[in-house]
Amino acid sequence: MSTGTPLIQIRGLSKVFRTDAGEVSVLEDIDLDIMEGEIFGIIGMSGAGKSTLVRCLNFLEMPTMGTVYFDGQDLATLSQKELYKVRQSMGMIFQQFNLLMQRNVLKNVCFPLEIAGVRKTEAEARALELLELVGLSDKASAYPSQLSGGQKQRVAIARALANNPKVILCDEATSALDPATTKGILALLKDINRRLGITIVIITHEMSVVEEICQRVAIIDNRRIAEVGYVQDIFTRPATEAARRLVFPEGERVDHFTSSRCCRIVFNGSSSFEPVIANMVLEFRQTVNIIFADTRNIDGKAFGQIVIQLPEDKLMGEKMMAYLRSRGLTVEEVKDFV
Amino acid sequence: MFDPVIIEMIGKGFLESLYMTLVSSSLAYLLGLPLGIILVVTDKGGLKPCPWLNSVLGVIINLLRSMPFLILCITVIPVTRFITGTSLGPTATIVPLVIGAAPFIARMVESSLKEVDKGVIEAAQSMGASPFEVIWKVLLPEARPSLILGAAISVTTILGYSAMTGFVGGGGLGDIAIRYGYYRYQTDIMLVTVALLVIIVQVLQEVGLRLARLADKRK
Repeated sequence: MSTGTPLIQIRGLSKVFRTDAGEVSVLEDIDLDIMEGEIFGIIGMSGAGKSTLVRCLNFLEMPTMGTVYFDGQDLATLSQKELYKVRQSMGMIFQQFNLLMQRNVLKNVCFPLEIAGVRKTEAEARALELLELVGLSDKASAYPSQLSGGQKQRVAIARALANNPKVILCDEATSALDPATTKGILALLKDINRRLGITIVIITHEMSVVEEICQRVAIIDNRRIAEVGYVQDIFTRPATEAARRLVFPEGERVDHFTSSRCCRIVFNGSSSFEPVIANMVLEFRQTVNIIFADTRNIDGKAFGQIVIQLPEDKLMGEKMMAYLRSRGLTVEEVKDFV
Repeated sequence: MFDPVIIEMIGKGFLESLYMTLVSSSLAYLLGLPLGIILVVTDKGGLKPCPWLNSVLGVIINLLRSMPFLILCITVIPVTRFITGTSLGPTATIVPLVIGAAPFIARMVESSLKEVDKGVIEAAQSMGASPFEVIWKVLLPEARPSLILGAAISVTTILGYSAMTGFVGGGGLGDIAIRYGYYRYQTDIMLVTVALLVIIVQVLQEVGLRLARLADKRK
């Protein structure tokens, strides 16, 4: 869906916070292009600086160094007034929804239109249209406190869309939602991107969100961009440590098999419907390494053989072989296989 | 004992107390509300941080608030005379009441506005709202229930101050309580005036609570 023209260009951006405890660097030397019409993910562990980065995109946080070009305009050169104007074409949604609690749903969606100076009747008509789009027309006169999390985020999306923005910035927009609601919100964002051609920038710490919806992703790690690319590329070939950590969150716990004890399991007609090795792993809570497998399923019966590398622990190995025998398999220890 | 003269005097005192309280409260809010807003806006992390202005205002407000109210009444007598032409009676009392209550109200307003969720302010800014729009369309409306509760507390406190001004000839129920109850040992008159003060406080507080509840859409 991307048109290939960059909508947001981040150039040499750094951010340093001055606190009582001294200077804290949050972002260092960030360069990034976000194309018009794409859904772009920025992912990183908490504390990596991604929330600050998204706030630099609309200058809610002023970069300490470097700048951001939005639609060709250098945001750093704009006056306050011009900046307010530019922000009207950048919608933003948040983890905590940030709706005005003392205004009803319709008035919440009208809010950005009021800021933009749209006449009241016109604003209300537009707001109703948007509530229709997010599927909440029946909640127009409800107050945010009467809505569920997913509904609140839908209102926030309608509000972000009010001034026909070129981009919607999503700061952990689904992190406070349950998985089913998250799916619904992501589907809505995808639909908005497809139907209205609005660029979407998604900040998240969840790989599943990126997988679900983003075309390209930047991995931010330790204040810097570690890797940028198409989601499927990073998924299949994560080049950096940071990417690997996100793609395989459990990765660091993988035991490397150094044991040389292997056993061959011969299948000759037991049920292929019984996941025998998986069950064994679950039973003993200890992994095994399949190093050779040649099995086939003939009419629901398993034939062939599998060679597995057993854990270092001798007793555990014995137990596992006994377990496999008890399932009616032929098991023998093989030496010097690895 | 309670002859028509006394009853009329108490009735007049009652009206004077209400008059002093309501007029002083309104004027004190005219000063205190903007001051409270400035305190929040200029605070570190506020909409327009300005540390020196914030500290200077903070110190002035604390100074005024730490001054015993009766001492303040006497200290500002020249100002009172200048503005109202006299230092006696309910109208004259309004001057020290406003000076005494405005800093208190500024702090009440400040604490109400600080309750507003920072995220909502940020959301408004992300939509291109100017600081003025954030104050007018986010801070004040979102803090409305808390501001109303604060107003109930402020007004009842001002009523209490107004009763104190009886000592310096301020008029109202407090004046009657002091002159009849304290100086002349007419306990019954004193009890009646105190009871009336209690009733006014109860009513004001209850009205404030109900208005705040009515205004709050968070339930």
